[in-house]
This record gives sequence, C-alpha cells and structure tokens, in this order.
Amino acid sequence: METLDLVLVWSFIIGFGVIMYVLMDGFDLGVGILFPFAPDEESRDIMMNSVAPVWDGNETWLVLGGAGLLAAFPLVYSILLPALYIGVFLLLAGLIFRGVAFEFRFKARTSRYLWNWAFAGGSTLAAFAQGAVVGAYVQGFETAGRIYTGGALDWLTPFTVLTGLGLLAGYALLGSTWLILKTQGHLQDWAYKITTPLLIAVLVVFGIIGIWTPFVEEAVRERWFSNLTIIWILPALTLVCAFLVFRAVRNRTEGTPFVATMGLFIFTYLALLVSRWPYVVPPSYTVYDAASAPESQLFLLIGVVFVVPVVLAYTAWTYWVFRGKVRADQGYH
Amino acid sequence: MELDPLFLSRIQFAFIISFHAIFPVFTIGLASFVALLEALAFKTGNPLWQRLSGFWTKVFAVVFGMGVVSGIVMSFQFGTNWSNFAQATANFMGPVLSYEVVTAFFLEAAFLGVLLFGRDKVPPGVHLLAALMVALGTFISSFWILSANSWMQTPAGVEVRDGIFHVVSWSEAIFNPSFYYRFAHMGLASFLTGGFVVAGVSAWYLLRGREVETNRKALSICLWLLLIIAPAQAILGDFHGLNTLEHQPMKVAAMEGNWETSSNVPLLLFAWPDQENQTNHFEIGIPGLASYILTHEWDGVVPGLNEVPRAEQPPVGIVFWSFRVMVGIGLLMIAVSVAGLVLRSGGRYWRTPWFLQSLRFMSITPFIAVLAGWFVTEIGRAPWLVQGMMTHAQSVTPSLTGGMALFSLIGYVLVYAVVFSAGIYYLLRVLYTGMEDSHITEEYESDRPKRPLSATHVPFEFGDDQEPSNHGKPAR
Ligand code: HDD
Ligand code: HEM
Ligand code: HEM
Repeated sequence: METLDLVLVWSFIIGFGVIMYVLMDGFDLGVGILFPFAPDEESRDIMMNSVAPVWDGNETWLVLGGAGLLAAFPLVYSILLPALYIGVFLLLAGLIFRGVAFEFRFKARTSRYLWNWAFAGGSTLAAFAQGAVVGAYVQGFETAGRIYTGGALDWLTPFTVLTGLGLLAGYALLGSTWLILKTQGHLQDWAYKITTPLLIAVLVVFGIIGIWTPFVEEAVRERWFSNLTIIWILPALTLVCAFLVFRAVRNRTEGTPFVATMGLFIFTYLALLVSRWPYVVPPSYTVYDAASAPESQLFLLIGVVFVVPVVLAYTAWTYWVFRGKVRADQGYH
Repeated sequence: MELDPLFLSRIQFAFIISFHAIFPVFTIGLASFVALLEALAFKTGNPLWQRLSGFWTKVFAVVFGMGVVSGIVMSFQFGTNWSNFAQATANFMGPVLSYEVVTAFFLEAAFLGVLLFGRDKVPPGVHLLAALMVALGTFISSFWILSANSWMQTPAGVEVRDGIFHVVSWSEAIFNPSFYYRFAHMGLASFLTGGFVVAGVSAWYLLRGREVETNRKALSICLWLLLIIAPAQAILGDFHGLNTLEHQPMKVAAMEGNWETSSNVPLLLFAWPDQENQTNHFEIGIPGLASYILTHEWDGVVPGLNEVPRAEQPPVGIVFWSFRVMVGIGLLMIAVSVAGLVLRSGGRYWRTPWFLQSLRFMSITPFIAVLAGWFVTEIGRAPWLVQGMMTHAQSVTPSLTGGMALFSLIGYVLVYAVVFSAGIYYLLRVLYTGMEDSHITEEYESDRPKRPLSATHVPFEFGDDQEPSNHGKPAR
C-alpha cells in the first residue's frame, strides 16, 4: 500500500477509540466511584439518573476497541491480554456488576442497598484495573518470539498500583465535574466541594507518575529529555487545564470544570502516546510489527468508515436529548 | 491431579460461551416473533396483536440485556486464554468478529430504541420497520459469528505463511463449506426456541385462566409455526450431518458411536461408548439404519474411529450422547406440534390440560437441544480447533498457568452465578406479572433512546406489588 498507510490509519482509529472510551466511560465510572460518599439516597438516585441513559453506549467503545484490536493489531491483543490476565478478569467482573446494577437498582426495593454496593464496587474495581493496565503498559512487557513470557502478576507493581489509584482519582474528578454540570441544589454544592480536593489528588498522583515514568523506562527518559523537547507543551497544557478547573470551581461556573477535566485527560493521554510511539507492545514491537495483514485491515476499514460516523452522530444525539439538569423523578423511572 | 491450563481453559470457554449462547438464540427467535406480531397488528389493526407484541417486547428486552452483558466477556476470551489462536487466525477472525460487534451496535443504535420506547412516539409504520430491522440485525449478527465458527470447522479461503493464516479469498472463507448448513440450522433452532418458549408461557397463562383470548391467539400462531419449523429442522439436520460426514468424518463417527469402518452400520439407540477399549457396551440399535441415513444405501460404508490414532479421536461418549439428546428433543418437538394439529379439531388445543402442561415442559427443551448441538459440533472437532490445521494444544496461551486458569474459571462461575440468577429471577418475575400490568408502561414511558432492561417496569422482588399472592398455586 503506497497511497494509504493502513497501519497509521488503524493506529489513529484505535487511539481515538481508546480516548473516547476513557472520557465517556470515565465520567460514568467516576459517578460510581463517588456513589458511596453521596450526601443522601435521593442524591444517589439523581447521580444514577444522570448517567443511566448514556453509560452503555459509552461502554460499547470498549467492545469495539477489543474486537478492533484483534482485527488490526493481533499482536497487541495476544500479548496484552495474557499479560494482564488477572487484571482483565477483574475489569470484566467489575463492569458486569455495575452494568446489571444499573438495571436492577431502580426496580429493587428491599435489596436496593446490595445493588448500590454492586454499582460502587464494580465501578471502583473497573477503574483501578484500567489504571493498572496503563501503568503496565508504561512498564513494558516481557516477550520472546511474539509471545508473552512473563508471569501472572508482573503487571502488579508499586508503579501500577499508583497508576491505578491515579486513574481512580481522575475518573472521580470527571464524575464530580459531570455532576456539577448536570445537577443542582445540595448535590451540586457537594460536587463543587469535592472537586478541588480531587483535583489536587489527581495532580499529586499524576505528578509522581510523571516523575517516576522516566525512571521506569529509559527510552521514555531519552525522548523527554533529549530528542523531543517540544513535547513539554503537553504537560504544560495539562497544567493549564487544571488551573481552569480550579478557577471555574472558585467562580462556580458549571460547564468549564467538566470540559477542562476532559482536556486534562486528553493532554495526559497524548503525552503518554508520544512517550511510547511507535511502540505498541513496549519495549519490543512497533505498530508495524503488530499489524495484521493489509487485506484484513482494509476489509474491516470499509465497515468502520460507514459505522463509526453513525455511532458518533447517534452519541451526540443521545447527549442532546438528555441535555440539561437531571432530577430524581425525571426521565428514568 | 495437576492443574492443566489447557483443560481448564476449555472448561472456561465452554462455560462462558454456553452461557452466552442461550440468550442470543432466544432473542433471535423472539425478535422475529415480535416483528411478526407487529406486522399483524399493522395489517389488521386488532389491538390484541399490539398487546401481545408489547408484552413480548419487554421479555425480549430483558433477555437481550443479558446477552449483551455476557457477550462483552466473549470478546476478550480469545486473547486471554487462546492467544496463540488469536494471533494465528486474527487476519480472518478479527475482521469477522469485529463486523459482528459493529453490526450489532449499528442495529442497537438505530432501531432498538425505537422498538423499545417509541411505540407512542413514532407512526405505526416506523415502529414496524424498527421491529423488522431489529430482527434482521440479530440475523446479521449471527451471520458473522456463525461464519467464524463454521470456518473453524471447515476452513477455506486461507493459506498459512510462517504460522499465520492469511486470507486469500474472503468469499470462500466467509461462505465456507459448512456455513450455509450451520446458519440455517441455527436460525431454525432460534425460531424453535422462541416458538416453544412463547407457546409454553401462553399455555401456562391459559392454565391459570389469564387473558384467555390473547394467549389463545399467541398459542395458536406458535403452533402453526412450529408445525412447519420442527420437521424442517430435522430434515435440515440430516443434510447438515451429511455435509459433516464429508468434511469431518471423525465427528460423525463419534456421533454414531462407530468404532470401525464398515458397511451395514446399525443406528444405535442406546450404547455406552468405552474409549479405553475402543468399543461400546450395552448396544441397542436398528441394523443398517446408520448406513442408510448417511449413504442412502443399506450396506453403505461408514467411516469409523479406528481410521485415526487414539490421540486424534474426539471424546466419544459426550458427543454420542449430546447428539442423541438433541435429536431426541427434535423428535419430541415434532410430536408435540403434530399433537397440536390434531387437537385443533373442536378447538381443544387451548383447553386440554395435559397438552398445555406438556407445552410448559417443552419450553426449556430448546435450550437443552441448542447446547447439546453445540457440544456435538465443538467437542466433535477435538483435538482440532481449526479442523486439520491447528489443535487446541497449539492454541492455548503459552504463559497461562493452571493456577491462573483455575482462578478465572472460579471467578467467572461465581460472577455469573450471582448476576444471572438475578437476571433469570427477574425474567421469571416479568413473566409472572404478565400482560395485565401493561398500562403501567405508558405512564412511565420516557424518551430514553435505549437501555434494554428498562423497557420493563416490573419491580425486582416478588411480593413488592399488589398482585394477589397466588404464586405457585395450582391452576384455577
Ligand atoms: C448465533 C448467535 C450468536 C453466537 C453464536 C454468539 N453471539 Fe454474541 N451476540 C449475538 C449472537 C451470537 C447477538 C444476538 O447478536 C447479540 C445479543 C445481544 C446483542 O447485542 O447481540 C450478541 C452480543 C454479543 C456482544 C455484545 C455486542 C454489543 O454490546 O452490542 C459481543 C461482544 C458478542 N456477542 C461476542 C460474541 C462472541 C465472541 C461469540 C463467540 C465466540 C458470540 N458472541 C457468540
Ligand atoms: C454460541 C454457541 C456456541 C456454543 C454453545 C459453543 C460451545 C462450545 C463448547 C461446549 C466447547 C468445548 C469443547 C471442548 O471442551 O472440547 C467449545 C469450544 C470452542 N469453541 Fe465453541 N461454541 C459456540 C460457538 C462458538 C463460536 C461462534 C466460536 C468462534 C467464533 C467458538 C469457538 C470455540 C473455541 C475457540 C473453542 C475452543 C476452546 C474449547 O475447546 O473449549 N465457539 N465451544
Ligand atoms: C431432529 C433432528 C436433528 C438433527 C438430525 C440434527 C442434526 C445436527 C447435526 C448433524 C449437527 C452437527 C453438525 C456439525 O457439527 O457439523 C447439529 C448441530 C446443532 N444442532 Fe441439530 N439436529 C436436529 C435437531 C436440532 C434441534 C431441535 C435443535 C435446537 C432447537 C438443534 C440445534 C443444533 C445446534 C445449536 C447445533 C450446533 C450448531 C451447528 O453446527 O449447526 N438441532 N445438528
């Protein structure tokens, strides 16, 4: 393929899918993480209502990502999943529990508290597991001959625990800023109140990760400190976003905190990507090593080109239909 | 006993996919049934059809939701437990499985919401269109997934370079030799599942004298459909078997419990296959019938398991017995459908208690038959994962240890036990509540675009509503 670099196209599609997933499922997982700390049961109803119409559309990005990865970069799929075997199990178990909790909590009466726990526990577990996956990714994987050769718990190190906690805090921040946008009254007051401490927690954890990462991986160190200094713009923009959140909470602006938090995530994600590009299975394999055959990538691309725009349009429409503030008795049940 | 990651992975995969499979077969059948009811409602304007379709759409929503939740796990299984397989076959399996997700999502995005929540918001014609598209969508999904599976049974259109499968012809690979048979057989199996569940539930309502007029109509329409589909499934199954004989003779030998290639092979009704000694105990059979069915000649030669070394034989007992369970249920289905036809005279079919009771019983048999059928297909392929090209042992994740596999297996069993008991309990709850409360739905209806389970508004716990508590009492 001279005219079209399919591998590049697919890198973009998968990369786009991942950040879409992180942003969209991030805030509804965040709402789940904050769930046990909510002021009262009525607030919990509102919190759940605020994400109920959209969460499963958000999760579809994960399924698309999983299948798309198998199709476009089978090597990544067949090394990451064995390496993260236990983490993937925990992630899926968490997602299953919170998925059904959405459905049953509203219909349950006497057993409602159980579904509360399923929702909060499932969300927390899933968020932590995802954060650990990111950390494991930065660490790299032990491979030989295109096969994962490490142990079952290699992914679980102090570093990945920290990234797990970092994402937990990050998702909680997305959740609280989402609540600022979508709620009012004392629930919104509560969301305003917790946002600043969460932001500080996120900055501290992200800061430690940012300082630690170059020590974990030499290649990353090199990139940041010698050959590509322009990328320092990314952490700088991250800080700008953090400042915007901080100021907006001060001034009680409703929309900015959520948007700026998304920006914070996007710039951190880009920083992570440039640290590793073009390696997809660090430290050994690049996107080109990992790609499936061109005819397979092309075959699927045709379908994706048709469907993804529809998915995006539909997603936008859903958010449009459910714009505005949520109330406990409205919309859902 | 030492923990064998390969064995444990097989158990885990079988457990997870069997769990997943029972929901889609039901939704595929039910989606078509709902589309049919919608079409009848549209054409005749009779509110009865509306009512039925409204109720069965709610049931559809719950089952669909469970199918989605269990499906998410499936898309990661290939990587976690069968990573060598994933890597080797990704050029074909990747796009095909992705197309399944993509088409399923497409349908979900566009039409499911309208079907579930739009009854009073869109014109009737649009609602009918949504029902048809959802039904079509379930078939498109199964098209892809069955293409992937059939390709593993009868691989075509690929060549292996450096241990990696490369597609040389998409059409040959997708429409591989066993695909049409499997797609048709599975499609009919879904119809049978939908049909027998609806018939069984309607029979139960009739036994209790609930909504007699409506449920009688539902039962009647189901019985007509089953009268055609049940025999068709048997005939199609026969062709499916003949095709398998051509491509996977050892699977057929295991199905027949035939150890030695010979002519005049009997059709065994009962036997206790003994793989150790390569023979059967307690054989009861009809002489020459297996030869006749498989070759259409009474003295036709049928291949036996002794054609391959012991290590290349599939486990015979489970294949042999699963096959008999499936075919036995298939024959029972034909018998029940014919009984329904006989009882039509004088309109007895909806008033004869023993017949209604047997329909109640029949409503679980399609699930058993479907799982038994898959056991035949999948276990009969052993030791191959891709017939003739890649074995189970070559496919399993190299870094997987027995301990990890045991951990995840137990974990999935526990998670599924909790989650799906809640789901199935809730489904029973919806069925128990029945059509009588459908007025609630309109009150609550909101403009939410999807969320399958939310299409019902039945409370979770039994006894939380004002139902008369006649739960479990005998028929009125
Ligand atoms: C013959 C039917 C059939 C079979 C054999 C399978 N599935 Fe399935 N699957 C469906 C029929 C189906 C469906 C009816 O199309 C579902 C049910 C709910 C839905 O959205 O689509 C579905 C859902 C579904 C989903 C969720 C899609 C979504 O979120 O919208 C995934 C990821 C899978 N399946 C994956 C698999 C895999 C990896 C399978 C086997 C290895 C598999 N399914 C077997
Ligand atoms: C939906 C219905 C299906 C059911 C009920 C089913 C059932 C099973 C069962 C019982 C086994 C175990 C065989 C053994 O242990 O020897 C198995 C194996 C397998 N099947 Fe299927 N299967 C289904 C569909 C599929 C599909 C659609 C695919 C692929 C796209 C697939 C891929 C596999 C693989 C990879 C194995 C090997 C793992 C193993 O041996 O357990 N199956 N399946
Ligand atoms: C009554 C006579 C029937 C016959 C002769 C028959 C025949 C067969 C055969 C030969 C296979 C294995 C094909 C292969 O692995 O290559 C099969 C598989 C299967 N059967 Fe049946 N069958 C019958 C009834 C049923 C019924 C009633 C159901 C369900 C309601 C059913 C569901 C299945 C399923 C789900 C499979 C696995 C998927 C497939 O390979 O198509 N069958 N059947």
